[in-house]
Amino acid sequence: MNRDFWTRFCRFLPLPATLLLAGCHAALLDPKGPIGEAEKSIILTATGLMLVVVIPVIVLVLVVAWRYRASNTKAEYQPEWSHSNKIEAVMWSVPIVIVSILGVIAWRTSHQLDPYRPIASRFKPIHIDAIAMDWKWLFIYPDQHVASVNEVAMPVGVPVVFHITSATVMNSFFIPRLGSQIYAMANMQTTDNLVASAPGTYRGISANFSGDGFSGMTFKAVAMSKADFKQWLANAAAAKQSLDGNAYRALEKPSENVPVAFYSNATPGLFQQIVQGKFAPGRMVASSDVGGSARSE
Amino acid sequence: MSNGSVVVQGGSLALKPGYADHAADALRDLRQSGDAVDFEVEHHHDVASTIQLGFWIYLMSDCLLFSGLFATYAVLSGHTAGGPSGSQLFDLPSVLVETMFLLFSSFTCGLATLAMNANKARATVGWFAVTFLLGLGFLVMEVREFAHMVSIGAGPSHSAFLSSFFTLVATHGLHVTCGLIFMAVMMVAVLRKGLTDTNRARLNCLSLFWHFLDIIWVGVFSLVYLFGVVH
Amino acid sequence: MFGKLTLSAIPFNIPIVMGAVAFMVLGVIAVLGIITYLGKWKYLWTEWLTSVDHKKIGIMYLILATVMLLRGFADALMMRSQQALAYGSNMGYLPPEHFDQVFSAHGTIMIFFMAMPFIIGLMNCILPLQIGARDVAFPMLNNLSFWLTAGGAVLVNVSLAIGNFSRTGWLAYPPLSELHYSPGVGVDYYIWALQISGIGTTLTGVNFIATILKMRAPGMTLMRMPVFTWASLCANILIVATFPILTVTLGLLALDRYLGMHFFTNSMGGDPMMYLNLIWIWGHPEVYILMLPLFGVYSEIVPTFSGKRLFGYTSMVWATMAIALLSMLVWLHHFFTMGSGGNVNAFFGITTMIISVPTGVKIFNWIFTMYRGRVRFDTPMLWTVGFLITFTIGGMSGVLLAEPPADFVLHNSLFLVAHFHNVIIGGVVFGVFAGVAYWFPKIFGFRLNERIGRWAFWCWFIGFYVAFMPLYALGLMGATRRMDHYDVAAWHPLFIVAAIGSGIIFLGILLQLVQVVVSIQQRELTRDTTGDVWNGRTLEWSVPSPAPAYNFARIPVVRDVDAFWDMKQRGVDLKSATFVPIHMPRNSATGFIMAGFAFVVAFAMVWHIWWLAIAGLAGVLVTLIRHAFNDDRDYHLGADEVRRIEAMHGRVQARSM
Repeated sequence: MNRDFWTRFCRFLPLPATLLLAGCHAALLDPKGPIGEAEKSIILTATGLMLVVVIPVIVLVLVVAWRYRASNTKAEYQPEWSHSNKIEAVMWSVPIVIVSILGVIAWRTSHQLDPYRPIASRFKPIHIDAIAMDWKWLFIYPDQHVASVNEVAMPVGVPVVFHITSATVMNSFFIPRLGSQIYAMANMQTTDNLVASAPGTYRGISANFSGDGFSGMTFKAVAMSKADFKQWLANAAAAKQSLDGNAYRALEKPSENVPVAFYSNATPGLFQQIVQGKFAPGRMVASSDVGGSARSE
Repeated sequence: MSNGSVVVQGGSLALKPGYADHAADALRDLRQSGDAVDFEVEHHHDVASTIQLGFWIYLMSDCLLFSGLFATYAVLSGHTAGGPSGSQLFDLPSVLVETMFLLFSSFTCGLATLAMNANKARATVGWFAVTFLLGLGFLVMEVREFAHMVSIGAGPSHSAFLSSFFTLVATHGLHVTCGLIFMAVMMVAVLRKGLTDTNRARLNCLSLFWHFLDIIWVGVFSLVYLFGVVH
Repeated sequence: MFGKLTLSAIPFNIPIVMGAVAFMVLGVIAVLGIITYLGKWKYLWTEWLTSVDHKKIGIMYLILATVMLLRGFADALMMRSQQALAYGSNMGYLPPEHFDQVFSAHGTIMIFFMAMPFIIGLMNCILPLQIGARDVAFPMLNNLSFWLTAGGAVLVNVSLAIGNFSRTGWLAYPPLSELHYSPGVGVDYYIWALQISGIGTTLTGVNFIATILKMRAPGMTLMRMPVFTWASLCANILIVATFPILTVTLGLLALDRYLGMHFFTNSMGGDPMMYLNLIWIWGHPEVYILMLPLFGVYSEIVPTFSGKRLFGYTSMVWATMAIALLSMLVWLHHFFTMGSGGNVNAFFGITTMIISVPTGVKIFNWIFTMYRGRVRFDTPMLWTVGFLITFTIGGMSGVLLAEPPADFVLHNSLFLVAHFHNVIIGGVVFGVFAGVAYWFPKIFGFRLNERIGRWAFWCWFIGFYVAFMPLYALGLMGATRRMDHYDVAAWHPLFIVAAIGSGIIFLGILLQLVQVVVSIQQRELTRDTTGDVWNGRTLEWSVPSPAPAYNFARIPVVRDVDAFWDMKQRGVDLKSATFVPIHMPRNSATGFIMAGFAFVVAFAMVWHIWWLAIAGLAGVLVTLIRHAFNDDRDYHLGADEVRRIEAMHGRVQARSM
């Protein structure tokens, strides 16, 4: 019971703010995938560890300030006392110990949760290309040759490899309840590996300001059963409009609060062309030095 | 609490205007004097050395400005966007002549400083005049190089590489221009007022500035031109 | 003739903007009118605008910062009220093109024109007094620095009336800030305002480093410098080391926009991500440029109000230097989400966490300074205790964000916004108010009203928590920053709470304004006749309040970190019998005129009025050269005059020899 109490205590202490969450819906503390779960546990562990120092420090501030208030003449007064090796040793070593632990966590989890790192699974991952546009998200399923705007579907439990770029300014691809975001940058390709562990419709956003239509640049990330996913693909494949160069050019025109749309027959290699800047405004020639991965893998 | 020294009522005084401005030295003097001194009526700060220090700090900040431009060039030097690269554009012999102009100007600037230290106002101005002409020659050659590159369609807006090249080299050129204006003003000042303390302090700054520009140019020459031609 | 500038640049058709403009213009006219009515123009010009006295320049910085605080806070109120309204079908009252300007202006103003002038103002007012100097190393340069900063601030405000301001956030990330995506003049206003004020700041850095290294009183070794001086030295070294990078970065962006270059464009080999690296190489140290001097302020206040030596002076100094150094090795934590890989992210995450070690040490130092002391809770101390609590929480959320995987979900969220307001309000702003309350009697010669000061503190303290704790929660709920509208029902109540919080803070600001007015009215009651209202420890308290133009009639010889405390302990008499003439710098209009021309250049560049820009540049040059040939820069204040001034403060010993 005691232990249970402390876990609960720690969970609700992180910040006074968390108390406000009691009745609310905190996306990051209620993740729907293992990546998000891991990140949530890092948030809670790190916060808990720091509270070990932070709470005593705040208490100490208040207690010391109160106890040695000027009106309390009974308290000891040593105006010249200003050094103590013991206290100095403690006040350097306590933060060093905490930071060392947090540093080890940082080192290990930076690698484990690197968005580029493939998720181990018995299922073959599916590939989705995500393109940030002014102001909507275009998703291309390169293997299924369908595309959608502002809605992305994925089967529950199957890892998804997102390849991400931008047709415009920098954005950030983020589905809070699934975990890690990553920047969407023109002429570059980034990768985000995510997986949903429960069916549902999750909010997807751009987490980097990109201009006037930014607030409406949201999308639906729908996790569904494999059967539903098949059906979803079939629906998309039945869409009247197909995604070729012209359709893409039309999409490129800035628009806000764009409704969900589907495209069939996505032209193969379109994503690579976008990454290489073939469609970039005012572009003359594609050259060898652009169109790389954001990092050499 | 008291350190035991006798304090003259009203605080004792030390009338030592020539105190070294290094606090530690002053304190050593104090201890040796054996007197407990609480105040100095006059505390002399060496103005010329303060100006020199200030100018050094400014030069360090300028150095960081250039380091930013060098870093930018290093990142973008390969981003030719299908346009010409350094090895296709740079005319090394001409740049070498440019470099010689600047190196020699640093030498004559040194001679000017020597003349100043020897208290020879006219010689100082004379050597600065030579330095000025050499600096001007450098600038003329640089402008010609730029004009040539622009004329063959390799202007600063044609690729990221060219943008960073023009910006780095032109920023140095702009500094040289400022140096020349500084020099012209100082030559007039020396002719009108002679080698006053103020003028000496400024001439020292000028020569620091000029040598600094020389060092930056050595960096430009080796990192931009030599590397560019090799690659 | 006028470049891109036409009458249509003035947004006559937008009532909110025109209202603000009218308010601003009326305010300016009112001030000018009052000055004319009182016939104070000559006084203002000769005693203030052209002053090279660091104390007056400091006061002008503080006034500038206060005005800009009001402007920046008005933006904050607009943001909070917009977000409290704009849920679901309600779009609020600010369309995106205005909302985007509001948050861009808020950030730019608060950092560059509120926080920076406040800390540089405090340094100006106090630092030379604290090291026993009669002025800064380069007094004229100091005046120029101020006017360049003021010029930048004016330019930002001009953008409200003529044209518009940047809509790209306070750091203007490209490619959004490139001409293709931001074709208006907004980004240009941003660039030039920051360029001219940035040059001013760099010059300030040069000036103060030289001052601290060269102008200290005899006996004040480096390890006897007060901690505020130490912290200011470190901050100024950071200024000189990093502001040139800001100048380069904005310069390159300007070249892209003006000459069609390709540093940060999406095409022709440009690399927008290089801008992120460059701007944060300046930007993170900037955080510590703001924070360090205020760590110094707290380190002055805690010992004074505890009646006790600062605990662990040496570790405090080393911690300050460690923070300054480390602050240059952490910039990448601002974009872990760029995809740099585990090694890079982990490296910068860990360096960031390491900063919390010296910072934590400082907090312990302050606690143990109070320990076994006699703590008096005057307003400066109240702000300090508020800081210790608030900053600790902010530091914690900062270390959390330094864990790269945590940042993957919290980056750019309102959690981040809450974090940096937590440290900037809890650390910088509280520190500024603590410092102003502490040194106000030294600067102006009378105390601030204590009671209203306490009310203001509680409004700020409570208001801060009410305004920003909901933002932490919203961040955890997946709300990102810079939204002018949202459609998640659960967020709405929290945004409303946050708006209420901003209202409480607003009340605090109003109370502070009232406090100043009341304090001026009651100045005879709270006048500081001793020069040492708080039983201070450092040299600034050894001179009369306000300090005479020459600061020290005699230069004190320093024997202890707490130099003045030591003098008091030894019973040193502050009265003097002998006076000598004092060498003084003459006031100069050069700084004002040069900065005026620089402003003209900046304005002309914004609107592409090339001839005017060239004329302005020529003006800068001619003014500088004229100044170079002006030899009438100083004078000697006669011994009798010094005696007369000292006598006014009761500091003359009857001649009894």
